[in-house]
Amino acid sequence: MKALAELKKSLGIALWFMALTFPVMVIRVNTIERVVEWRWRNMAFIGIGSFLLSFAWRLLLARKERGRGKTDTGDGTIPAVRRRLLAAPGIRQPALAALALSAAAFPFLFSSYQTNIMTTALMYVMLGLGLNIVVGLAGLLDLGYVAFYAVGAYSYALLNHHFGLGFWAALPVGALLSVLFALALGFPILRLRGDYLAIVTLGFCEITRLVLENWNEFSFGPSGIANISRPGLFGLRLTLHEATIYFYFIVLGLCLATLFVVRRLQHSRVGRAWVALREDEIACEAMGIDKARAKLTAYTLGAAWAGMVGVLFAAKTTFINPASFTFLESAMILSIVVLGGMGSIMGIVVGAFLLILTPEYLRAFSSYRMLLFGTVMVLMMVFRPQGIVANVRQVYRYRKQPESEGCAGG
Amino acid sequence: MPLLELDNVATFYGSIQALKGISLSIAAGEIITLIGANGAGKSTTLMTICGIAPPRAGRILFRGAAIEAAEPHEIVRRGISQVPEGRRIFPHLTVTENLAMGAFLRKDSTEIARDREYLFSLFPILKERRHQPGGTLSGGEQQMLAISRALMARPALLLLDEPSLGLAPLVSRLIFRIIRQINEERRTTILLVEQNANLALRIAHRGYVLENGRITLEGNCAELLGNEEVKRAYLGM
Repeated sequence: MKALAELKKSLGIALWFMALTFPVMVIRVNTIERVVEWRWRNMAFIGIGSFLLSFAWRLLLARKERGRGKTDTGDGTIPAVRRRLLAAPGIRQPALAALALSAAAFPFLFSSYQTNIMTTALMYVMLGLGLNIVVGLAGLLDLGYVAFYAVGAYSYALLNHHFGLGFWAALPVGALLSVLFALALGFPILRLRGDYLAIVTLGFCEITRLVLENWNEFSFGPSGIANISRPGLFGLRLTLHEATIYFYFIVLGLCLATLFVVRRLQHSRVGRAWVALREDEIACEAMGIDKARAKLTAYTLGAAWAGMVGVLFAAKTTFINPASFTFLESAMILSIVVLGGMGSIMGIVVGAFLLILTPEYLRAFSSYRMLLFGTVMVLMMVFRPQGIVANVRQVYRYRKQPESEGCAGG
Repeated sequence: MPLLELDNVATFYGSIQALKGISLSIAAGEIITLIGANGAGKSTTLMTICGIAPPRAGRILFRGAAIEAAEPHEIVRRGISQVPEGRRIFPHLTVTENLAMGAFLRKDSTEIARDREYLFSLFPILKERRHQPGGTLSGGEQQMLAISRALMARPALLLLDEPSLGLAPLVSRLIFRIIRQINEERRTTILLVEQNANLALRIAHRGYVLENGRITLEGNCAELLGNEEVKRAYLGM
């Protein structure tokens, strides 16, 4: 009975679509031969296509509704299984070892091109993890994250251009400058929340890009800065291929360091303050947490990573211009965080690889890239809003809880 | 020396004056209730004490030190915990995690565990539901959790805003009984804001009646319960 109703609804949708697309898909006026072509076959295709799609959609939605009843009443059996699987030393250790080995062997097995792509993906993993601190952990919607990325990239490019500063010196400087930028912006926007914060950060992102584009004396405008030095290795002269491999390992190392730090942060005292902030701002204050400080730490820490990856980006491409730091880039990083699963480290790693690698390997479909991207996003948000890998929070236990460290809210 | 003293406190929301010179004092170990109609300024008084709506004039002394200019988190650190209006528990955190958040400022983990067990003994239902996300609890259970979470900070003074709001009469009576019990067993001083004057005046020691941002009556609860005006206006007799 219910299936019949669903079928009817899908049939209705198919008819509606056939009527909607009729003028475009069926009628074709041939102005040269002065005849009207009636392409009824197109209409049939559209009808069948939209009927099948709509039916599949309804089927999946219904299945999701049924599934929800099951998982919500139980106390999270699905994550529990996953956790057990990951916690079992018999599986976890060999899996990690295999992963480490393949990551280390990758640049020697594949071409420079592949290594480059992988380096980019790892950089986006770091960007995602940095933004995750702001969006996933502290719950501050930041649409202007790429501004800090630009600050990092330009600080290396300019310092290298004017003063010949090397990569390793520029790495902390870029991060520091981004932190200063975040602090300068952070103080006035701390009162804002939700949508207002999103709009202000978006504005900041655009301002940064426009300044870089127009202040020719400072940033060389749209023509950008070229010939940025690659990272050196004790004065050795590296071929391009060797430099690519070397750079891959730098990024891999920094990425692992990021993973480690973010993991520690998540379970620290300041991490708990962020969780409270994300859940309820007023209650967070009532717990004695310094709200302003928690927000500012999240914001500046996120910016520090963006700045660092910015330096990496400038060193990798050896050329930067403002076109690399558009809002689209912010949206991309945000998509990684949301698609992967907010607050979940595993999810962000998977999300970054998916979003960066698939377009590279699907070059054949490059013109449909944004279309596919949008479709995947819609499907994800409908069927798996918690992300690819949902965040499994650490359960606090009183007796076994180690002495908390860090100092959020003092 | 009273634990908390308000001296001629005036609070504004923009240009609207919500409190027009409130003076009250609470001694350690007391339960004080503020009763009054909607919009009389009861909740504002609580928000003013805990620093969310700082006063424009007047003084607030806690243990003899001025706190009217302190930040909300600073006031919590000094020993004033608040159960905010509408409970505001963390919906996605479990009951245990909510309680852990209440003890955010404390580092003595064995004492924290002991306090938690004490609260579980007061509210056994919370122990049963300890792994459940706070958002899935019923209204009464959420209120119990909110009170427990505030007590996890071991406050000297507990501010309660409308604990009976939206609860079944039986549940609110249970909660009021436990508020009294906490006051007796823990010597926690309690400032209770309540619509249900009947219930509040029965567990409190003293009460203040608020009208349009001013205190119009004060006295011990027996007196207030016997006062003709209070009977007519707030007890519906």
